[in-house]
Amino acid sequence: MADLHDMTVADLAAGLKKRDFSAVEVATRFLARMGGNPHNAFLDIDSEVTLAQAKASDQKIADGTAGPLEGVPIAHKDIFVTREFDTTAGSHMLKNYRSPFDATVVQRLREAGMVTLGKLNCDEFAMGSANENSAFGAVTNPWDTTRIPGGSSGGSAAAVAARLTPAATGTDTGGSIRQPAAFCGITGIKPTYGRASRYGMVAFASSLDQAGPMARSAEDCALLLSAMCGPDLDRDSTSLNIANEDFSRLLALPAGDKPLAKAGKDGGALRIGVPDHWLAWEEGHASAQVDGCSPAVRIAIQNALHVYEQLGAVVQSIPLPHTQLSIPVYYIVCAAEASSNLSRFDGVKFGHRAKTFTDLADMYQRTRSEGFGDEVKRRIMIGSYVLSHGYYDAYYLQAQKIRRLIADGFQTAFAQCDVIAGPVAPTTAWKLGDKADDPVANYLADIFTLPASLAGLPCMSIPVGLGDTGLPVGLQLIGNYLQEASLLNLAHRFQQVTQHHLAKPEGV
Amino acid sequence: MGAAKLVHGYEVVIGFETHAQLSTQSKIFSRASTAFGAQANTQACAVDLALPGTLPVMNKGAVERAIELGLALGSHIAERSVFARKNYFYPDLPKGYQISQFEIPVVQGGSVSFFLGEEKKTVRLVRAHLEEDAGKSLHEDFIGQSGIDLNRAGTPLLEIVTEPDIRSSEEAVAYAKELHKIVTWIGICDGNMQEGSFRCDANVSVRKPGAPLGTRREIKNLNSFKFMQQAIDYEVRWQIEQIEDGHAIQQATVLFNPDTGETRAMRTKEDAADYRYFPDPDLPPLVISREWVERVRSEMAELPRVMAERFVTQYGLPEYDATTLTQSKAMAAYFEDTARACGQPKLASNWIMGELSRRMNADDLGIDQSPVNTTQLAALINRITDNTISNSAAKQVFDVLWTEGGDVDSIIEAKGLKQMNDTGALEALIDEVLAANPKNVEEYKAGNTKALNGLVGPIMKASKGKANPAQVNALLLKKLG
Amino acid sequence: MSLTPHDIQRLAQLSRLQFDAPAAERMLGQLNGFFEIVEQMRAVDTNGVVPMAHPVDAMHGLSQTIADTDEHGMTLRLRDDLVSETNQRDANMQNAPAKDQGLFLVPKVIE
Repeated sequence: MADLHDMTVADLAAGLKKRDFSAVEVATRFLARMGGNPHNAFLDIDSEVTLAQAKASDQKIADGTAGPLEGVPIAHKDIFVTREFDTTAGSHMLKNYRSPFDATVVQRLREAGMVTLGKLNCDEFAMGSANENSAFGAVTNPWDTTRIPGGSSGGSAAAVAARLTPAATGTDTGGSIRQPAAFCGITGIKPTYGRASRYGMVAFASSLDQAGPMARSAEDCALLLSAMCGPDLDRDSTSLNIANEDFSRLLALPAGDKPLAKAGKDGGALRIGVPDHWLAWEEGHASAQVDGCSPAVRIAIQNALHVYEQLGAVVQSIPLPHTQLSIPVYYIVCAAEASSNLSRFDGVKFGHRAKTFTDLADMYQRTRSEGFGDEVKRRIMIGSYVLSHGYYDAYYLQAQKIRRLIADGFQTAFAQCDVIAGPVAPTTAWKLGDKADDPVANYLADIFTLPASLAGLPCMSIPVGLGDTGLPVGLQLIGNYLQEASLLNLAHRFQQVTQHHLAKPEGV
Repeated sequence: MGAAKLVHGYEVVIGFETHAQLSTQSKIFSRASTAFGAQANTQACAVDLALPGTLPVMNKGAVERAIELGLALGSHIAERSVFARKNYFYPDLPKGYQISQFEIPVVQGGSVSFFLGEEKKTVRLVRAHLEEDAGKSLHEDFIGQSGIDLNRAGTPLLEIVTEPDIRSSEEAVAYAKELHKIVTWIGICDGNMQEGSFRCDANVSVRKPGAPLGTRREIKNLNSFKFMQQAIDYEVRWQIEQIEDGHAIQQATVLFNPDTGETRAMRTKEDAADYRYFPDPDLPPLVISREWVERVRSEMAELPRVMAERFVTQYGLPEYDATTLTQSKAMAAYFEDTARACGQPKLASNWIMGELSRRMNADDLGIDQSPVNTTQLAALINRITDNTISNSAAKQVFDVLWTEGGDVDSIIEAKGLKQMNDTGALEALIDEVLAANPKNVEEYKAGNTKALNGLVGPIMKASKGKANPAQVNALLLKKLG
Repeated sequence: MSLTPHDIQRLAQLSRLQFDAPAAERMLGQLNGFFEIVEQMRAVDTNGVVPMAHPVDAMHGLSQTIADTDEHGMTLRLRDDLVSETNQRDANMQNAPAKDQGLFLVPKVIE
């Protein structure tokens, strides 16, 4: 039997049910590994709470009332509010904040039986691509601790990669699940916008934020996604009113020699479309079109697409118009929404308040200036600008119109293919501090993840190998709306014939 | 619109904004209670406090009440309307933005008609939109600090905005009273102004007739009809004085001080103008089907203006009477019961608008508390129409009914108020008076018709008020030729 | 379209943030750097394009599958007018920086 900390969610769930080991044993093992907080992955740990939950799970298993994931540990990105742990959203503004209610996603995973190990570090208010914007210190990449893990769900990705937890929740607004998953060599999925409830997620950009699981296999992600998702009609007006699904249902289909040879929507070969200005695909060869796409990334993607061809898929170049505009469009929309969402942090009802101030106006300014980090302030300023009287049409409205063009562009693409594939990021993980002073450089690196976020499409990152630098590369898969089960199946097929998702950082 | 009433040569231009708190059980975006008077922050749930991670969910009851208002005012009810965030910082605004409606409100257009004296006025509405109320700041008990109570945060409001159609402070009060009547009549708002259920702001400007609109100042929180007129009058005089002294009017928000009788500009919030409105991404557009509107329409009680029109056609009442009688459901019901019982709608109207209203005002009673009920009033009217008593005698009967109660016939009997209807005795009486007043007779015959009054008086006196005035007149004219 | 120091001042005031002179200057440079890449977006002809407020607005053909949608996209769900939140004042105010007698305390609000 593998070490507990190397086991998948699926195997842990099965083992717990069979009583091969207890929930308390499992929790204790992980709590021990979390000691010293490797990689600065965690922001709040409370072993008493964790063990109490584990005990309760063991009782349920004994009673025969166990949930599907009873006793399996999970750690939550510190964007999800929890009653039993603090929630900081990576910000001084919320230091020591204790929510009186649990996020719906947290509640649902607890109902499925999962045991909370703690809260995970992230970029402040989910704004960032490197987890260097956390008020509580950067997170390091388990593959190379001089490098960033990606962001904003950096703590989640690092914790899973370092086997500090078998799975974690993350949130993805512009790539914050996919990119850290890619940089840390794990699997993550952002479902269709509206699948998972946003109630209890500290709001960043309301029309973009989505919760999703991060784990070490598509199979695990499917289990978690099924437990997390579902309509939350009473609490979230943007929650999709559609029955929840068993996202694992396609994984059990017979593999066969070429499982994708008849998996296309017309019954023919599955067609994988590679956007032509991301990577030019010609005769099985990918050449980088986009500035800054490193050879390591290009080669790993190319090899991954070859694997898909061997599985019976057909890879072809497709146009994906307007996506070059994703960067300004995304940053305008998310900054606008964030600038408003963050106005509630005013030192009146909760959170940080400045110690000294002369009057109310002074209290507001000092509180917010002390409580927010630089990136957050930048985005609030951008947001206030683009919503300003006189600028709204030219910036915010224009951005939402181009967003429509981008979404329409995807539909045009999906007429020609079943799934879209490409890089998650132009490079592998960069060194800590390298991009810390250049916000725009950070924004430009999001070029591949932003379009699917703007359209609200389900999308995944799966590890497809280490580049010549020994750092993980992720392949992005983008499906059409509500196609998570197919997407997970596609990822699963890859993981059935390769080992990249099983690779471990040295020393883990 | 009639000719504007000028003040020192200036035309007064007023637009009204009213915030009506809707009578829902729960808040507009949360499930906390809206009941008035609870202990501080005991009705402010996580959503109301804007705790991290909370989201708004729309109350159907608030939407239904908006539809009802739109139907009552003859407005267009938007098939799709959008909620927008109005961003500004204030301690009683937990999210740092108010969820309101900006470009596309739920109710568009419509009007409110009412009588100002004998003149019918119509004030057009621009729009009415749904939004959430803010909390309250309390200043007593805390030195150098304010206490914030967020119980009220999230209470549903309808903000009702007029065109600048109002031309005097009297008209403004009449408009406000009519709107107040409508919202309480249809039951969407309890109208309790002391509790803040119905809050009015007046945008006031002045101009020389024919000139473009002047700069307006907004008088906020006019929460009693009594002070409303006073405040507007003061503001108008102040603005005229400023202009006459050569000062331009600066746009400002002002508050009325009932103790001093003056309006004073509030501390200006420099960036108050830039609310950075944008559609709230947490709330998809509100869709109201035509079927829903029709369903609400069919379930609504008869609207005051419809009832007034019916009083005109069904009972032959003048518009003025019909409007006055439909000032409340209770009064309208009182009228209809009386009119049906006595079959004399105009007389019923006269008595209700006249004697009954006078008494109610003097004793500060609502019509539900009137000691005279519809059966009694109908009986009284019947005794007038069947000539048993004269009008002036009827007033005496009414007086007794009001102060002591009882039944009409017994009172007539007890007070000996029966009219003299015996024409023989009356003629004899008239002959006596004519003989005793030859001068009046002469003057009348000479062409001075007013001289008749000098004869009617003594006749009535001689009859101890029991003569039927109509008969007296008829007989007199017959005798004098 | 370049921002000026006056813009930074105005935006800071709107956002209730304060910057010392060097920070304000840095912010100005960073914002202008950002708006440079925004310029390409402004040049796009979007005449007749309906702005997309929610991803559901683009989920064509799924309005049959997903309730609370129509041909334009998502529609607002309405809940019944019922009270179900009980008094949770202590729990809800547990993170208040300053409170007394059940009220949140702030520096005096001058009206």
